[in-house]
Amino acid sequence: MIYPWIWRHLPGPRWARAAAAALLVTIVVLSLFEWVFPWVSALLPYQDQTVGN
Amino acid sequence: MVVDSAPSLDADSGPSTPRKSPRVLDTTLGVLGEVLITAGLILGLYVVWQLFYTDVLSGRSQDAALDQLEWAESVRVPAISGDGTDSGASPGVEVAVIPEDLKVYSPEGAPVMSEPSEATTFAALHVPRWGYDYVKPISEGTDRARVLDKLGIGHYSDTAMPGAVGNFAIAGHRTTYGKPFTDIQALEVGDPLVVQTEDAWYVYTVTGTTIVLPTYIAAISPVPGQPGVQPTAASITLTSCHPRFSAEKRYIVYGELEYWAPTGHGFPSEIVEQK
Repeated sequence: MIYPWIWRHLPGPRWARAAAAALLVTIVVLSLFEWVFPWVSALLPYQDQTVGN
Repeated sequence: MVVDSAPSLDADSGPSTPRKSPRVLDTTLGVLGEVLITAGLILGLYVVWQLFYTDVLSGRSQDAALDQLEWAESVRVPAISGDGTDSGASPGVEVAVIPEDLKVYSPEGAPVMSEPSEATTFAALHVPRWGYDYVKPISEGTDRARVLDKLGIGHYSDTAMPGAVGNFAIAGHRTTYGKPFTDIQALEVGDPLVVQTEDAWYVYTVTGTTIVLPTYIAAISPVPGQPGVQPTAASITLTSCHPRFSAEKRYIVYGELEYWAPTGHGFPSEIVEQK
């Protein structure tokens, strides 16, 4: 499984792993918010507000 | 985990195989489940991002764009620097109103700026119907990523500039991305729409509202609704999506120039709250 595999490969004691995991989640969420979602959103037509083609 | 009778079911391939294949299946299903849960979380995050975070981001960049227009005046500025509240002009502070003899009730002689390059913020829009503190930047172009999602209101390229004879056509989001036109349905005939550039105030009056299909490009033609006709009046057109959270139709607001006046002589009385 993906998440247990990541957990096993994180170094250090339990608290260090938890901190590293939290950091990873933050990085993933931030990159989604900053780059992935804006890019996806511009491809979806449901937010258009202009007339034309 | 391992069923006792398993080796006898599959005797010729040794004892390890029956133990292994359910484990492979378990792992595959487990990973699949994790992928699906992750996909669900990402979709949920996307909704949060679209509905809330775009307002935060876009609000920030729109405020920055407005700050760039150092000449853009807002009636609420004294109140904000005073006590930090957002309650319109501070009590006791007299706001100068443009004197009647400086108003020109015709597009004639109005200073008309040339069209700036894309994504340049060149004007500010005041709409008292949306609050006396409503001031938003207007930038050139209607590209989603470069203008509408980031800078707020966008000016359709090759339509007239503020005050010019023709149609000053602008677009804005109704929902998300700072939603500059969120209350477009509240505008009524007779409401003022005030555009400020570096040189002049242009006070337009709403003449009509309508709901059209997204392909109705005549809404932004020089004479709104009548493509190919030579314009004689200075018009304004606002477009936004309709219904909210949909792009099925477009909400259109038409207006015409009431008067213009040079900047530096106070505010148009339309955007000063009458106490």
